[in-house]
Amino acid sequence: MAIVIDKSQRWRVVAAHVFMIGLCALVIFPLLIVVAISLRPGNFATGSLIPETISLEHWRFALGIPTPGPDGQMITPDLPVLRWLWNSVKVATASATVALFLSTTAAYAFARMRFVGKKSALLGLTLMQMFPTILALIAIHAIFSRIGHAFPLLGIDSHWALVLAYSGGIALHVWTIKGFYETIPVEIEEAAIVDGATPWQAFWRVLLPMSLPILVVVFLLAFIGAIIEYPQASVLLRTQPNLTLAVGSKQFLYAQKYLWGDFAAAAILSGLPISAVFILAQRWMISGLTSGANKG
Amino acid sequence: MRMPKVLQRFLHPVLMILVGLAGLLVVTQVYATGESLLAGIMLVTLACFLWIYTSSKTYAYRYLFPGIGAALIFVVFPMLYTIRIGFSNYSSKNLLNFQRSTQYLLEETYRGEGATYTSELHADGRRWRLRLEDAESGKVFVSEPITLGPEKPITIKAEPLGIPLMGDEMPMKDLIEQQAFLKGITVKMPDGNQVRMTGLREFAPSKQQYTRNPDGSLTNHQDGSLLRPNMKTGFYETPSGDPVDPGFQVDIGWKHYFSIFTDAAIREPFLQIFVWTVTFAFLSVLFTVSLGMVLAVLLNWEALRFRSVYRLMLFLPYAIPGFISILVFKGLFNANFGEINLILHGLFGLKPSWFSDPFLAKTMILIVNTWLGFPYMMVVCMGLIKAIPPDLYEASAVAGAGPLTNFFKITLPLVIRPLTPLLISSFAFNFNNFVLINLLTGGRPDILNTSLPAGTTDLLATYTYRIAFEDSGQQFGLAAAISAVIFLMVAVISIIQIRATNITQDDRR
Repeated sequence: MAIVIDKSQRWRVVAAHVFMIGLCALVIFPLLIVVAISLRPGNFATGSLIPETISLEHWRFALGIPTPGPDGQMITPDLPVLRWLWNSVKVATASATVALFLSTTAAYAFARMRFVGKKSALLGLTLMQMFPTILALIAIHAIFSRIGHAFPLLGIDSHWALVLAYSGGIALHVWTIKGFYETIPVEIEEAAIVDGATPWQAFWRVLLPMSLPILVVVFLLAFIGAIIEYPQASVLLRTQPNLTLAVGSKQFLYAQKYLWGDFAAAAILSGLPISAVFILAQRWMISGLTSGANKG
Repeated sequence: MRMPKVLQRFLHPVLMILVGLAGLLVVTQVYATGESLLAGIMLVTLACFLWIYTSSKTYAYRYLFPGIGAALIFVVFPMLYTIRIGFSNYSSKNLLNFQRSTQYLLEETYRGEGATYTSELHADGRRWRLRLEDAESGKVFVSEPITLGPEKPITIKAEPLGIPLMGDEMPMKDLIEQQAFLKGITVKMPDGNQVRMTGLREFAPSKQQYTRNPDGSLTNHQDGSLLRPNMKTGFYETPSGDPVDPGFQVDIGWKHYFSIFTDAAIREPFLQIFVWTVTFAFLSVLFTVSLGMVLAVLLNWEALRFRSVYRLMLFLPYAIPGFISILVFKGLFNANFGEINLILHGLFGLKPSWFSDPFLAKTMILIVNTWLGFPYMMVVCMGLIKAIPPDLYEASAVAGAGPLTNFFKITLPLVIRPLTPLLISSFAFNFNNFVLINLLTGGRPDILNTSLPAGTTDLLATYTYRIAFEDSGQQFGLAAAISAVIFLMVAVISIIQIRATNITQDDRR
């Protein structure tokens, strides 16, 4: 831009830097203080940002390593953080796989085929997305407790129930994948069909391998979405060993049992990998962001 | 690998018939457990499946079926079912359906007349024998050997003790684990009495309390009274009209829907919460978009150095999982131990009670939500500002316009239109921002003098959640009715959003 630089420009630049640095400090402060808190001894300790005495008790708690109590007996931490993390990863992997299977096939039909009701189905997918599932929590709870009467494996407090409940939320993924398919020239598949491939083979052997990048992105999106999902998990999971991280973390900060330091360690332990995956994936997600998603 | 032609031709139909038969078998089994609604849905799904994967006309639907099916069953159906539950009295008091509730009562027992026995389980090889000792006379009886297994009713015989039992007694811990199985045992004593487990170490004569009459009423054998099911209240009632637990689900019509608008005890907190929900959603959008827009403009300003460093740092709140950052703030804002109050106390001598004062709690929620939400707006605005042709700014520079004029005359008017649908969707999102409120304040501090728990910081969504899952009454029916009303509100917002989106798309053409 060829804008004439006047004298006030310098002051404005300085002011902008001050503003930016101040804001960055506000953003970074909670993150740094959590690191400090996780290293302070005790759950009610106060002190400066750089702790004077470093204690690893909270990290031992978060990692589930037994610590000697005041009477010399070994105490095992009573909140199974690693188990919750493992549950989250399990549920997220399963539901991301399911989401990928359901949305790639549906998107193929939407992008490449003609059929009755295509327009209304696409509109329906958009509308569905506008109604948050939290409004249907009561029904979801009732449905899965009913399913549980017939199939105990899929009832309340089962991870499979959660995977099933998440499997319906594919609207956004279908749109994302459909958009990507439409950038691939249809002639490539037509050539495969001319060579004798069935439409399924054209999809499975030709289109899908070419769509690998978007499949990775959708998988990561669905994975992160399942990891951070809280409302449905809080209704469907009941017993402590079965909780996912998003539901279990709440138990650190009850008024009666305030485990601030332990929570800080657990938050870093679990938040760091999730955030890292998110930042890796966000490059491709920016385009998806503008199509109406929001932070959950 | 190539299959023989015959196999290739018949594989598909044979497979479909097998799937159909297996599916029907499962459906009948589900129907047998009394879940007729579930069985019905499964039957419809199965029929659709068979039709779509056998007819050649439905080829495209073969690709759609799994995805659309999952969306219909697990997203659309629960929403419709929510509205349906709003018409019923489903709650912790009326949890079971009529069949199950009747079944429950028919399984009730009471202690009849006759001797009481102290019981012990002794090992006999891999099986177990019950040793029953008459508490009064000291006579000892022993049952035939039993194999422990899943819960099911069995009847066994007991004889007077011949040779003393040699096997070890079952320890208390295992006994508690086997309780469900043991409760299903009926022991026939030599004197003809039947005894059942009445305590962990006690067997006593127990009799079925109720039997069912042909007209649907239940006779109570203990006092001879008659229970009749009341299909309006959802309870079996004694002749004097007292309800007997457990109740069952019945339809109560529009009662819940009416009470939201007519019952003062529900209407007043509902209105107050509605006002706060709208205020919260509006202010959240306003704050996040204002901050995000300012940052986007600054980050697009080429005179500013280190822009990529700033952008990375400012993006961080978006990357951290929401449930973690919200809980971090819950700790930081803690009135006594939280770091924020420590700093405020050190600087100004203040110690605001963020969680017990309604106004401060609302302020805190808005601060946290702005922290969480501005990066999204920043990223979105940056993209939109990048799309503005730079020659507009060049022209305005030639005309001698300052940065403020640039912003209000060029940037804002060009950005606001494509931004509007996103602002509405952000409003809709915050309107139902359940996770933030539930994890940060849980809706508290509570409004005083309400019949149902309602908080000053509750959103409509968290309010229904509390009625359904946190308050001891578990009033699913009422909560579902409120959810259905929120559905309507969200529908209105969605219509506005679709309109706004269409307008922007028309602009682009």
